[in-house]
Amino acid sequence: MKNKHILSVSVRDEPGVLVRIAGLFARRGFNIESLAVAPSGQEGISRTTFVVTGDDNDINQVEKQLFKLIDIIEVTNHTDAPFVDRELMLVKVRVSSPDDRVEIRQIAQDFRASIVDVHREALIFEVTGDEGKMTAFIDQMRSFGIIELIRSGRVALTRSAADDRVEQPNPLNFREVAA
Amino acid sequence: MTGAEIIMRALEREGVQTIFGHPGGAIMPIYDAIYDSPIEHVLVRHEQAGAHMADAFYRTSGKVGVCFATSGPGATNLVTGLATAQMDSSAVVAITGNIPQELIGTDGFQEADVYGITMPVTKHNYLVKDVNDLPRVIREAFYIASTGRPGPVLIDIPKDVQIADFTGDFDDVEIDLPGYDAKVPVDMTQVEAAIEAIKAAKKPIMMVGGGAQTSSQEIMDFANKLGIPVITTLMGIGAYPAGDDLALGMPGMHGTVTANRAITHCDLLIGAGMRFDDRVTGKISRFAKNATVVHIDIDPAELSKLVHAHVPVAGDLKDVIPALSSKLDKLVITEWWDQLKEWRDKYPERYKTDKPLVSQEVIEMFHEATKGDCVVTTEVGQHQMYAARLFPTSKPRTFLTSGGLGTMGFGLPAAVGAAFARPGEQIVCIAGDGSVQMNIQELATIKKHELPIIIAITNNGVLGMVRQWQEMFFEERYSEIYLADSNPDFQKLAEAYGIDGYTVYDRETAKSLIPEVLAKGKPAVMNFVVYQSEHVFPMIPSGAGLDEMLIGDQEEDSAPIESQLVTS
Repeated sequence: MKNKHILSVSVRDEPGVLVRIAGLFARRGFNIESLAVAPSGQEGISRTTFVVTGDDNDINQVEKQLFKLIDIIEVTNHTDAPFVDRELMLVKVRVSSPDDRVEIRQIAQDFRASIVDVHREALIFEVTGDEGKMTAFIDQMRSFGIIELIRSGRVALTRSAADDRVEQPNPLNFREVAA
Repeated sequence: MTGAEIIMRALEREGVQTIFGHPGGAIMPIYDAIYDSPIEHVLVRHEQAGAHMADAFYRTSGKVGVCFATSGPGATNLVTGLATAQMDSSAVVAITGNIPQELIGTDGFQEADVYGITMPVTKHNYLVKDVNDLPRVIREAFYIASTGRPGPVLIDIPKDVQIADFTGDFDDVEIDLPGYDAKVPVDMTQVEAAIEAIKAAKKPIMMVGGGAQTSSQEIMDFANKLGIPVITTLMGIGAYPAGDDLALGMPGMHGTVTANRAITHCDLLIGAGMRFDDRVTGKISRFAKNATVVHIDIDPAELSKLVHAHVPVAGDLKDVIPALSSKLDKLVITEWWDQLKEWRDKYPERYKTDKPLVSQEVIEMFHEATKGDCVVTTEVGQHQMYAARLFPTSKPRTFLTSGGLGTMGFGLPAAVGAAFARPGEQIVCIAGDGSVQMNIQELATIKKHELPIIIAITNNGVLGMVRQWQEMFFEERYSEIYLADSNPDFQKLAEAYGIDGYTVYDRETAKSLIPEVLAKGKPAVMNFVVYQSEHVFPMIPSGAGLDEMLIGDQEEDSAPIESQLVTS
């Protein structure tokens, strides 16, 4: 069965490391839904978050093949443990009338979306949350007219006190091992 | 000291004795440093051949092979060689010069994005921007190439880095690879599971691949202790002695009837150091349907990639096989062996000799003349499959063929690499008239060094394997396979390079001439003009299962299908 998986990947800040990862996905026919890259707390290491769709075997291959890249230090599949994930979205909504403006602002308040730009005929909102919230907000705003939107891609952390940045995954601990 | 001098000193420190390469503008400082270096440099006539030589050097010696090329066209010529090494897990370090950093990205003369181009065909690659990184990078490259699952590593070095003054510490070569585990710890619970599975088996087989070339002794001890049948894949030839009582031959598309039938009927399959390539498995859903699969490989990503492993064991065969062996005794599988022997007796290697000279008999004559005690390299095509079945060697690291990538043009330069890795040993390159022409310029390298290489061209005047497919699956529409009208006279060609050339048309001459030429210990090109329309049989059509094998001329002219022959 195909599911969405969120993978966090710690990579060394080497030139071309993203090309390596993107190339691996393209070459092996894996599908990236979203990708977010940013510096992690550790110097010289970036944290990349992927959303990948596939069945257990596909994801297993993605994890193992990623782990084989020399510049990849750690691969965590958040589907295996409780995690929090967030995404940032900027949405430009059309404002056609004063009534619309009131209604749009009311909805935005319900979503705790903040207004980051005001124009006579449009408002730009910043929304943060999980995927469900993003989808719901878009649905609500659609009737007013969404001029454009951009999403950051999801980022995630495992819910625990452990710092999964420093933990080296044992390649044997992949889920299939239970024979 | 300059970067270039540091490079040569660092290579010396890694124990490099031979480099295969070709100079050019962007690598000239390094070639200037070679001038004073004790390392031998072999001048090739095409960079691709240099990469194959380095690859073959590793395959035959177990020591990392090294090749050099200049920027742009020199480096892009390496790509096929790197991909070949990558697919067959061969440890190669390739060093390329690049244009000065200030020109990179400006479409400079002989510029190509070699770092980008070679990413997908290497285990890892480097673009060195600081001269002081060179000692560490070179140490890491050799470490990555030769440990874990071996593979090629490329180091791209801009010209300004080669000429820059080195101000670092040459001895500070601490490896900084937090994302690389060279050695996978063996999970003993998985080993236990494998032992239980083996004990429970009534019809077990073991299939060894290229990964077993480094663990040949362990595999032999294990197989002999248990009395388990052993199948060797194309890449595994030599890792277990061919012709041994326990050996069933090669599996897959052109495998033996016995091996393929054993896979179909076994209840336990131990895959060791092999990766279930599609040429081995045929249609996966029909592959070893009745078997519990124990898959042992150093690369965890291979486990369950294609064939589901009921017992996946990640680890080095050198660790895993003795661990299994220590807790197992001789298996009681008499009935299974009776069955296997019956198949093996009924379907020996067989071909017809009522026609003019055929490739198979030429190759078998080499086997007889050398007793398989030589290094065999092959090109790619029908002759490759014949060689795998009729000229398998019995020692590890002695059968060199491009298994994964199937690179025509591999065999001839591979013979050169093998000759440098094993000085004084007899090397036989089995080739076809098509593929031998893909790197034939290396006859010059063979001549220059008077290497004891015999190139046996089984010349049928066509691209034989393509012709076979066209006859069988494309309604005999022979599209673009005819070579005979424009092939060179290979004898004269050899002579033009100053190498002994022979043309052989009949089996009597072949039989007497082969031992004679072998005895000379000189380079030679032997052009055997052979029957054109031979087929490699048995054959599993592309996409079919191992139980849908076409037996072909093993049995009779019309090709009966495996499933019609076996009812059990």
